[in-house]
Amino acid sequence: MRITLNGSPIDITAPPMARLLDVLREECGLTGTKEGCGEGECGACTVLVNDEAVCACLVPVAQVRGATVVTIEGLGGDHPLQRAFAEEGGAQCGICTPGMIMTALTLIGPRADGRAPSLRAVRQGLAGNLCRCTGYEAIYRAVRTAAGASAGDVPDVPDVPAARSGA
Amino acid sequence: MKTAVSALELLQPATLDEALRMMRDEGSLVPVAGATDVYVALNFGTLPDRRFIDLSALWHSLGRVVREEGALRIGALATYTTLARSRLVTRQLPMLAEAAREIGGVQIQNRGTIGGNVANASPAGDTLPVLAAADAAIVLRSARGGERRVPLTAFYTGYRATVRQPDELIVAILVPPVHGRQWFRKVGTRAAQAISKVVMAAVRPPGGSKDSMRPRIALGSVAPTVVRLPRTEEALAGGASAAEARRVLEAEIHPIDDTRSTAEYRRRVSGNLLERFWRETGGETDRDTGGDPGGEVHDRTA
Repeated sequence: MRITLNGSPIDITAPPMARLLDVLREECGLTGTKEGCGEGECGACTVLVNDEAVCACLVPVAQVRGATVVTIEGLGGDHPLQRAFAEEGGAQCGICTPGMIMTALTLIGPRADGRAPSLRAVRQGLAGNLCRCTGYEAIYRAVRTAAGASAGDVPDVPDVPAARSGA
Repeated sequence: MKTAVSALELLQPATLDEALRMMRDEGSLVPVAGATDVYVALNFGTLPDRRFIDLSALWHSLGRVVREEGALRIGALATYTTLARSRLVTRQLPMLAEAAREIGGVQIQNRGTIGGNVANASPAGDTLPVLAAADAAIVLRSARGGERRVPLTAFYTGYRATVRQPDELIVAILVPPVHGRQWFRKVGTRAAQAISKVVMAAVRPPGGSKDSMRPRIALGSVAPTVVRLPRTEEALAGGASAAEARRVLEAEIHPIDDTRSTAEYRRRVSGNLLERFWRETGGETDRDTGGDPGGEVHDRTA
């Protein structure tokens, strides 16, 4: 079966009930997508299927036949979200980061109205992505910074306390 | 131990008729839609089944919400995202939209389906109290017997057990018009993702002359299946105060201790939710103004 993976058509030979996650990592060699919990709780394996964020650990590969799949590798390394996560300290150990960024893409993506999403919208939007390092504040800041940057304005982040030194 | 997926068979019908024929002719098959429950079990090696049927090609015919003779007909493959965004659902059954928004994170909401939530038959299924309080019916279809409708409250026969026959598919959920104020509350360990410790959906009928209509109250995670609370409903309909009705409720439910909570906590929280429902939908003395002036439901109480 054929899918479009990060913009290029690719033929998949895995059995139909193989998890999309395993096909991406093992057959396609794209190890940026991480396995955390394997039960749809942590969001570490989030990828986009036809522009929607899904947990790749819960998707039988047969269900993405003909679909467009985007993984973290599809962002190329210099996406505004990737830069913002690095600059704002939104990544520490890095396991949750690819999934965070893939979900965040749907918050700042082409379907949004061009304005930076509210802090509330970012928090709700990322509720399915767990991070055990950062405490989330830097992640929310990174997403809003990236959204503001791509919309050409600086986001107002009144609800997010500034990083506390020594805390 | 994770189930070896290479040994799993997946049938992929292109139409509902083909799917129903496979359900009749191919022996026992586990329907897979969004796979959000099936894969959790497979990833943990707790699902004995090896043969599956993929319903995803039927999304176009079974994934929509339409009006049918005044009722809502919710396609079994409607995702939680679809329910939360549907104008029909947010206007006619706002408590369902609210429940849909509280299930998992967006990744689960984009994939999980209401038919799957019904079929999975978890006592903690978040849409089930909503459907029970709304007097919903499950529409089952088979190649053998056509379509039949089962009230949600008769659909479950015990823990994870339903009246669905092996050759039947859940194709839709029918929800008659709901008159009155709808109320939904899920109590879990955190705002998102958590499996419910207690979940309540309830409807307070309009006040005034129509006040003979009983309130309808359903609870999840307090019994082997979702339950309605007829004695509590009766007490409130008969003029009992919320505090009195709470005592009825506490005697009516039989929650258990498990990994997510304790029986004592669940009983207490259920009582709190009941009092809160009654207070937030009009209180004790508000019986003449509890009705919705337009006859349409647009109250949503978080």
